[in-house]
Amino acid sequence: MEGMKSHPPAPTPKPAVPPPRATVSAVEMGARQREISVSEFFTKNRHLLGFDSPRKALLTCVKEAVDNALDACEEAGILPDVVVKVEAVANGEAPPPASQASRFRITVTDNGPGIVRQQIPPIFAKLLYGSKFHRLRMSRGQQGIGISAAGMYGQLTTGKPVQITSRTSARAPAHYFEVQIDTKKNEPRILEKKQIAWESPRGTQVTMEIEGRYQKGRASVDEYIEQTIIANSHVKLTYVPPEGETKEYARSYEQLPPAPREIKPHPYGIELGMLLKMLQDTRSHSLSGFLASDFSRVSPNVAAEICKAARLSPNARPRDVHGQAAENLYKAIQSTKIMAPPTNCLSPIGEPAILAGLYRQIKGEFYTAVTRPPAVYRGNPFVIEAGLAFGRAPEQAAQTPATKAIPLAEGEAEKDDHEVARIIRYANRVPLLYQPAACEITKAVLDTTWRNYGVAQSRGSLPAGPMVIFVHMASVWVPFTSESKEAIAEYDEIHKEITLALRECGRRLGAFLRRRERAHSEFRRRNIFELYIEEIVQSCNRLKGGRLATAKLRDQLLKMATKITGGGKTDELLGKNGSGPEGLPHSIIVTPEGVEGEVPVVAPNGAPAAEEPVAPPAAPEARAPRKTKGKATPKPRAGRKKKR
Amino acid sequence: MAKKPRKPTAVEKKLVGVADLVIAAAEKRKDPTIAIPVRSLSNVNFNERKGLIEMGKRKQARSFFNVAMAKKFMQTVLVADALSELQRANLTTSLREIYYRTKHTIKDSHENTLDTQDESDPLIEDLEVTLTALREELHVRAENAGSIVGPVVFVDDGDRVDCTRLGKGGYSVPSIVEPEYLQIARCTADFVLLVEKGTQWNRLSEDKFWRRYNCVLLTGNGQPPRGVRRLARRLHEEKQLPVYVLVDNDPWGYYIYSVIKQGSINLAFESQRMAIPKAKFMGLSSADPEAYGLPRNVGIKLNDKDVARARELLAYTWFQKKSWQEEIKRMLSSGLKYELDALANKDFQYLTKKYLPRKLKEKDWLD
Repeated sequence: MEGMKSHPPAPTPKPAVPPPRATVSAVEMGARQREISVSEFFTKNRHLLGFDSPRKALLTCVKEAVDNALDACEEAGILPDVVVKVEAVANGEAPPPASQASRFRITVTDNGPGIVRQQIPPIFAKLLYGSKFHRLRMSRGQQGIGISAAGMYGQLTTGKPVQITSRTSARAPAHYFEVQIDTKKNEPRILEKKQIAWESPRGTQVTMEIEGRYQKGRASVDEYIEQTIIANSHVKLTYVPPEGETKEYARSYEQLPPAPREIKPHPYGIELGMLLKMLQDTRSHSLSGFLASDFSRVSPNVAAEICKAARLSPNARPRDVHGQAAENLYKAIQSTKIMAPPTNCLSPIGEPAILAGLYRQIKGEFYTAVTRPPAVYRGNPFVIEAGLAFGRAPEQAAQTPATKAIPLAEGEAEKDDHEVARIIRYANRVPLLYQPAACEITKAVLDTTWRNYGVAQSRGSLPAGPMVIFVHMASVWVPFTSESKEAIAEYDEIHKEITLALRECGRRLGAFLRRRERAHSEFRRRNIFELYIEEIVQSCNRLKGGRLATAKLRDQLLKMATKITGGGKTDELLGKNGSGPEGLPHSIIVTPEGVEGEVPVVAPNGAPAAEEPVAPPAAPEARAPRKTKGKATPKPRAGRKKKR
Repeated sequence: MAKKPRKPTAVEKKLVGVADLVIAAAEKRKDPTIAIPVRSLSNVNFNERKGLIEMGKRKQARSFFNVAMAKKFMQTVLVADALSELQRANLTTSLREIYYRTKHTIKDSHENTLDTQDESDPLIEDLEVTLTALREELHVRAENAGSIVGPVVFVDDGDRVDCTRLGKGGYSVPSIVEPEYLQIARCTADFVLLVEKGTQWNRLSEDKFWRRYNCVLLTGNGQPPRGVRRLARRLHEEKQLPVYVLVDNDPWGYYIYSVIKQGSINLAFESQRMAIPKAKFMGLSSADPEAYGLPRNVGIKLNDKDVARARELLAYTWFQKKSWQEEIKRMLSSGLKYELDALANKDFQYLTKKYLPRKLKEKDWLD
């Protein structure tokens, strides 16, 4: 504030014509200027974090809690077993029906590693506190805002604290906490802490009470749960909705995704400010040492090259590099050729798991999945995965034609349902439910020419037909358009990868549709003849004055029809042989006769299989030659306990 | 007609032949196939000696065991069935009724035998040419779309129709005018004037042009239907009356004239009974606007379709006479077409009182 003294005070030398309004001096202004705490900022800008409306807030809270639970389990190498419970809470009397309730209690319980006692309050009641922000490692959460923001939202709308129960092992006691956030200081306030008896040997349970609205349909909690299950087929999840039946989602893929590794930032991916900060924080004593040790893909040689290009001494103390020198260094980095970042830090879902997820949750005839090789945008490695579920399950298809038995009048056309494809989007295995139009995934789907693959698509719109398009982006840093993590931002590299993945899925779908079409057209051919033969026989009989041996003529014509349309060969085409998934990697085809392809170890129709499979899952053997490389992972390590 | 135990007519036998063809093919394990003469410009010849368009020998096969043709084949048999039903009952009917009679849902499906009349109409023409039976013989009639007035007496279903006593409206020409349905009892006229447009026919009828010039006035309201063409042909043939044609001066008018004179491409096989090779083109000629002092501003600019059609006409073998090439080229170079109605620009009765008398006097017509 003192620096402002050099400016003349508010009254100007010239006599002001209008009488001066109540002016405020710099000193007075200074008295009002003070620090804004992050928590206060977010109180006023809750929409930035996804709490714009009561309905969305409910979803966001569930989502943050589930994301945290899954991240913790996976990092600790535990197959997640999560229970999500949403209850309507009464404001005094008996709880109202879920659709009219305005208060909800959310409880999420996991079987994860648990949290050590000291860390519980800051994790749940301090914004921007966590383990995920300071490292480059693929995880659902990125910033350390989510769960504490959810807790703060609850605190603001209901005044209730967040309740946490956590236990790190069967031998350790379970700790129970009730915490609130001090919104001024961004510090946790502990209202209650005690050791309690808890039935789970290990895990964490979070309970929040918030103001919200429960409504099914698009972007609902139910949809979030369902989509989470599709992309996380290794998760066992129990969902207790505020009304209706409890849903049990069994695990359909008995293998944890390979644990992603942490990497150092790639020099291309950082901005000048970040570089300045790293220069200050480094433990290296020389510039070249700093470059080589704090970044990935920078060897001592490359470091020397960068220093030379920036006209800086390799032995300079990093802390002394600032101002123009730092800027030169930044430019030198951008112009030096550096290897792409390592990609083993990523853990894609994998084709078998995507297939398993789609197959379990979506009824269809054809499923396929593609995992692209890793690529890089702005120094951040990423992997795009796409999947497709197409058509109606045979049992569904069998129901439909019964309704349209009325012959058509002149000018009347067959009604075709204008069903369009549904896109389900994921970033690091988390479903994205809002802002589809702003998302790069949607744009890439729209830009793909689906007509090439036998799917109708009118200009500038989604492909038509009973189809679900699955797209997942896995990256150490997913570029969202906003903090509420709803849409993926535009990058050419990302767009290209999504497009390539979609095209591969499209090609397989096209192959499937063509093959099926061929079989059907043979069938239809024979069908046509059979239909018309009856008409011709009847007409001929009338022409002959009713004295025709109709049965004989019909028989002769039918025999010829069978012969001409290939007879037994057509039957073969129509059967399993013709439409099987051979030649289509990572695909499942469902026909009335049965299911073919890499079917996961679950009974069809999504019915849960045996709870604990005796043998290790068959999926790895069923895999076709892999396209993605560099993911040879050992067994999930156990016992590596880490706090969140 | 027939009241005694009915003998199948010749046409009926031909229709039953379609069924026989299917049965015989099935017996031999052969694909049932109907050979249908091709009805297009590529399969007609202009017989210069007779002055007629004749159908060529090319035929297309319509087979049942061919996915693209199966439905059409089935429909053809269906239509043949309906036509034979007409024969047995001795009824006449319209194209539209044939369509409704043959339309039903195919057993065990949601498919209709026919969806629109556009599907059944060509099938009837197919059967006409295949069985060489005229539409009248098949008992299919069109609407009465023509009128006649003048010194002629018909006998229609036993009623005497004197066309001099029918006022301005005249006698509505039936669709079927074969001698067994319509007889010409008496005719004292000197010639037949066939007018394209009903409006101009009305003008002439109102002005009693036929009385003054002792002629029969005929109109078909546009492209004359078969009844009108056949009646003109009968008057020409039986009563030796010359036939003059009065049409608009545009490519469509020229074509109407040529259909009356040489027959149409589509139904070339009927030229034998329909065409009047000696018919004359009275007007409107592209030379008339100048000769009769019609101002340029009553013309209409030729549009792209007109020009394209005129070029097609120039290429037809039956328009190769020098006079006709000149006539059409003159229209193209002027870039204008004229309606008969445009004569009213000079006088309401100009057609009756000036134009036609002068044409007849000067014998100013094209052949």
